[in-house]
Amino acid sequence: MTETITQSWYMTARLLRGTRREPLFLLIGLVQPAVWLLIFGQLFHRVTDLGGFGSRSYIDYLTPGVLVMMALTRGAWSGGDVLIELDRGVLDRFLISPVSRAALIAGHLASQAITVAAQSLIVLALAYAVGARFPGGLAGVAVVVLAAMLIVLAVGSLSMAFALVIRRAQSLTATIQFVLLPLVFLSSAFMDARLAAGWIRQVARFNPVDWAVFAGRSALAADPDWRLVFMRLLWLAALALGCGLVAVRSFRAYQRSL
Amino acid sequence: MPRAVAVSPGTKTPEPVAAVEVRDLTKRYPGDVRALDGVGFTVPTGTVFGLLGPNGAGKSTTMKILTTLARPDSGTVRIAGLDVVAEPRRVRRVIGCVTQRSGVDPAATGRENLTLQGRLHGMSRAELARRVDELVELLDVGAVAERVAGGYSGGTKRKLDIAMSLIHRPRVLFLDEPTTGLDPEIRSEIWEHIARLARQERLTILLTTHYLEEADRLADRVSILDRGRVVAEGSPGRLKDDLNGDAVVVELVEPGMVGAARRALDGLTLVREVVAEGVAVRARVDDAAVAVPQVLAALTADGVAAASVTVAMPSLHDVYLHYAGRSIRETER
Repeated sequence: MTETITQSWYMTARLLRGTRREPLFLLIGLVQPAVWLLIFGQLFHRVTDLGGFGSRSYIDYLTPGVLVMMALTRGAWSGGDVLIELDRGVLDRFLISPVSRAALIAGHLASQAITVAAQSLIVLALAYAVGARFPGGLAGVAVVVLAAMLIVLAVGSLSMAFALVIRRAQSLTATIQFVLLPLVFLSSAFMDARLAAGWIRQVARFNPVDWAVFAGRSALAADPDWRLVFMRLLWLAALALGCGLVAVRSFRAYQRSL
Repeated sequence: MPRAVAVSPGTKTPEPVAAVEVRDLTKRYPGDVRALDGVGFTVPTGTVFGLLGPNGAGKSTTMKILTTLARPDSGTVRIAGLDVVAEPRRVRRVIGCVTQRSGVDPAATGRENLTLQGRLHGMSRAELARRVDELVELLDVGAVAERVAGGYSGGTKRKLDIAMSLIHRPRVLFLDEPTTGLDPEIRSEIWEHIARLARQERLTILLTTHYLEEADRLADRVSILDRGRVVAEGSPGRLKDDLNGDAVVVELVEPGMVGAARRALDGLTLVREVVAEGVAVRARVDDAAVAVPQVLAALTADGVAAASVTVAMPSLHDVYLHYAGRSIRETER
């Protein structure tokens, strides 16, 4: 167990070192949330007039949605990182060294979670600069960053499992394109659920993106309902754990196919 | 957890006589593709063993099973006395492996690649630092050790690969086509390094290559695989002697005539195997003195002009052709 943790840290440090050497990718990951924040913020500026958003401005409402969407996107593409390492032979080399499979997955997940946390803080600062306010304060920021990290862990695990089992970049791309936007739009990320059709409201209740957005948005608002926030975080954590186990198991499927 | 068969690296337990023992290995892929059909061989400790064969013969599958990456359907493999299916984690501590695909992390420097590999093997900080310095010097990569490996040349990357596979002082080193795609000078440099390391570190080496001259020079014994079976095994010298006969090499004037020359020689009863080698054809015959006039006559009859004729002892290439029935170069293409 301690060995797995130590090895996970070595793998995390390896991947973070790569990110530090090529910070460009970190910046590219920030382009999408910045664009959504600025364009959507302006485009739907008056949407709050419809009522249902409470007294908040739309940019306040939008910020946690954009953060979670950024985490979702990053997690979804993590299978691509695995495919690249498979292709280079890096993963095979690790598999025939005495490193635990859990550490291989954990390294990728931890480095992504840390990267997404750093990106989240930058996006929050950007949102603040364009007028968003977070009455929930530091506790709220902590919750929304944690929710984004849990999303990256869950979705990242599934994407890596997909990559290990299917092993085709085209299939991964097609699946992401098919799944990603519906997940975002079948949630309250951009529009208050009360303004959406009834069936969307129903679907959103089972959508982890909605759990994360809800937890983050509630915590950032004044006077959050902490019980509801913690419930959503708990569901997300359970989901992330389950997905992580699937990812570790998928190494077996990969090795069986060799 | 420790069992009686324990042979941990570094201790002075008596080494098993065979570093690698493979018995009746079979493996099928979905669609009933039989990759291995009863492969077996033994590699004595401290020797170099070559696994030869055309693409699809089962070399890579064998290597993957021996290095714990894949599982056999049946059969046993023991590495330094440890069963690869029952104790893969312990096997991984005593083997090193250089695969066809590099395995070097291009975002890390040479030294970082080496250090990570050593840490995964649980080496202590001080020991690891010493070992990294030692390997950097041994493989002559000191000039680039602090640079990111993504910028290395093919040869340097390969040397780093070899160093990474040796970091934990393995007993058995697997080399899967370690020099494919490298320039001839770099290839021979790599082989010099490997030969020296094998001596210094008292390694047992199992290699696959399709440069038969390399196997001939380096391997104490070779096994020729074809369609998932071992079709010949022995020392290269012995295998060549067994062929008794000569090789006749005819260099042609026009490269375009190679096909015609092969067809002409295939028709001769005293010619056993014919293979194209660049602008030349190589034929194995029982007695060159008798065969050469007939070979030239057959070529002339078919309008193929010969530039020169050489008679040679059979090479490992001829052995290979005899047993695997086709040229390694033809099938690797």
